[in-house]
Amino acid sequence: MAELNISERQAGDVTILDMDGKVTLGEGSVALRTTIRRLLGEGKKKILLNLGSVGYVDSSGIGELVSSFTAVNKEGGTLKLLNLTQKIQDLLAITKLLTVFDVYENEGEALRSFE
Amino acid sequence: MDEEKIEINIPSRLESIDKAVVETINFAQRAGFSEEATYAIDMAVRETVANAVKHGNKLDETKQVEMTLRNSSDGLEIIIRDFGEGFQVEEVPDPTNPENLMKTDGRGILFMKTFMDEVEWSNHAEGGVIVKMLKKK
Repeated sequence: MAELNISERQAGDVTILDMDGKVTLGEGSVALRTTIRRLLGEGKKKILLNLGSVGYVDSSGIGELVSSFTAVNKEGGTLKLLNLTQKIQDLLAITKLLTVFDVYENEGEALRSFE
Repeated sequence: MDEEKIEINIPSRLESIDKAVVETINFAQRAGFSEEATYAIDMAVRETVANAVKHGNKLDETKQVEMTLRNSSDGLEIIIRDFGEGFQVEEVPDPTNPENLMKTDGRGILFMKTFMDEVEWSNHAEGGVIVKMLKKK
């Protein structure tokens, strides 16, 4: 089984990525990077990362979230985070990135924020 | 568990990181650490071994990463050594400074300090970095 599985859904012009697994150095980080770059290539620039089933992230995974955020911004898009586990929330607090990312606990609210 | 010590040699491959972490988790569980403490040890070891494999040994498979785990009355002591060029930890930029926030790397040392009770870095006389960490019981 892959370290990180990413399923894609579309809600209007927002692409939701349901992520399941680990975002760590190697396969997990690469899977996220590849998916984000592909979406940008397809002109999909409103992206919501659903991290509810991501149980583990290391510093490389945090770096990949930052890299994704920057890549989407550079293309004039927006990347937001949904359903952070307590562990990921703690890591974003430790790294002082909680204020950088737009974070939601409710999918409907997150989708409305893109309008 | 009585005092226990194991030594593990880790090949300088990214896939080795998970194996080193699994060995450490098993050791910490045998030593009676809580789930929360085991997660913290897991995070710190993952970052340290990743640094040793990637930045220390630069993925050179002719070089090993040496890891020693020791359970004592003080807690779980972990020593990890690479065979790279060494570095000065004080020279690593603080990733929480506003000018570094959007950098994609440089957070591993912060995680090691956050998740362990004590962390010390030193350069080995014959080359490489030695990281000594302690998680208290």
